[in-house]
Amino acid sequence: MSHHIIESNNVCFNYPDGTEVLKGITFRILHGESVGLIGANGAGKTTLLMNLNGQLLPAKGFISIGEIPLDKKTRQEIRKKVGFVFQNPDDQLFMPTVYEDVAFGPLNLGLNYEMVDERVKNALEVVGCLHLSNRPPHRLSEGQKAAVAIAAVMAMNPDILLMDEPASNLDPKSRRQLINLLKGFEHTKIIASHDLDLILEVCERCIVINDGRITADGAAEDILLNKTLLEENGLELPLSRQNIKSKEG
Amino acid sequence: MTFDAEYFNIGYLDSLSYKDTFVHRLDPRVKLLVSFIFILYVVSFPKHELAGLMPFFIYPVFLLISGDIPFKAIAKKIIFVSPFAVLIGIFNPLFDKDVLIAFYGIQITGGWLSFFSILVKFILTVSTMLLLVAVTSFPGLCESIERLRLPKAFVIQLLFLYRYLFVLLEEALRMIRAREARSFNGRGRDIKTFVKFISVLLIRTLERAERIYHAMLSRGFKGEIKMRRKYRLGIKDIFFAIISVALFYVFRQYGVANFVGNILGGPG
Repeated sequence: MSHHIIESNNVCFNYPDGTEVLKGITFRILHGESVGLIGANGAGKTTLLMNLNGQLLPAKGFISIGEIPLDKKTRQEIRKKVGFVFQNPDDQLFMPTVYEDVAFGPLNLGLNYEMVDERVKNALEVVGCLHLSNRPPHRLSEGQKAAVAIAAVMAMNPDILLMDEPASNLDPKSRRQLINLLKGFEHTKIIASHDLDLILEVCERCIVINDGRITADGAAEDILLNKTLLEENGLELPLSRQNIKSKEG
Repeated sequence: MTFDAEYFNIGYLDSLSYKDTFVHRLDPRVKLLVSFIFILYVVSFPKHELAGLMPFFIYPVFLLISGDIPFKAIAKKIIFVSPFAVLIGIFNPLFDKDVLIAFYGIQITGGWLSFFSILVKFILTVSTMLLLVAVTSFPGLCESIERLRLPKAFVIQLLFLYRYLFVLLEEALRMIRAREARSFNGRGRDIKTFVKFISVLLIRTLERAERIYHAMLSRGFKGEIKMRRKYRLGIKDIFFAIISVALFYVFRQYGVANFVGNILGGPG
């Protein structure tokens, strides 16, 4: 099972205005691993994710997905395997109804209508939103939008899931549902988030980036409980691991 | 604040279109075509015609009642745009002073007749268009114009317009609220701030457009959007079309109002 390996080799990226965002990112993620990507605001998390499915192409270094080097020519193919869940569901859900949005990807894969119908229904079922099929996205709650955005990506049957802040804007209950959902997926996952508790629950591995460089890469338990390391990188212990003093005390 | 009110207003008409009644379930193509034919019939009347137009109210009233649309919602919108029609016709009574009808000493000139004729035509056509939108979901309308062979690029523009109209309005709404929260004594509402405000909105929109485009590419977009065909022409659609168009024809051809008037023994 070597076909879902994600490899990033000394990847550098700068935006057209000259800001250097990634300064040599190297890692290797194996099949079925779920990896949390953490770091302060502006550390380069989103930019790195965007590089991983070819929305942006590295200025230096290379990325390969399942042994295929990612470049202008291969990115179409690679996107079939790498599903990307955007931070803002309003960017992700662009079709007029939920059903059509989830069907968008599978239709582009060239499937026929019956197969698309089956995939759409399965994907919506998994996230518990089948009853929303005919609703327009602007009439959904944030939690529903986030769930539908995941369904839209799942309907393409990707091998790898990239998620950018999946739990932002979610209320505690929707967040819990999302965590359970993510735990159930056997895909290779990379989740960028500030929600360290979510990372702790969902991911077994964690990569910390600070100012475009990887500062730590290892087991999530080790990294997320290392107070000094986290604080050096503009982070802090996950809320569930902080010693919460009671009001009286 | 008026912007808030307008925003919810647009959303309201949209929410009506997701009801589930007989007219909502009709094939959008049929509704679109019948409404179009209706408008052609209405505007085909000569300029002094008034009585002949009256039977045509049956169509918007039918849409209103069977679509379970609140009368007030539509009436308000008609009044809102009525100044245009009033301005077009308001000078007719001054120019056209030939007396066409004398009724118990009250003389009605051609100018007044044509003025009211314009108003009635305006109310008929605008209410029908508003009701068409209220009883047909926007994606449904888009599907219908696509299947009536309008260029696909145009249809997709409309779909995106519909999807992001609300997102854009919300963005503007948030910005307006943020501005209101920090403007005092009339400061911060001048034209200079407004220009900056609009330019920021434009930049935000462009950035969003880029993100959306990436989202599309990420899901295999190759320059063409494939659309599902949801509606199928059924017997009730054909039935609705035939009856409506036949009625319009009868109303136009035989002047039902005069006919009824004759039977009742009016002055004719």
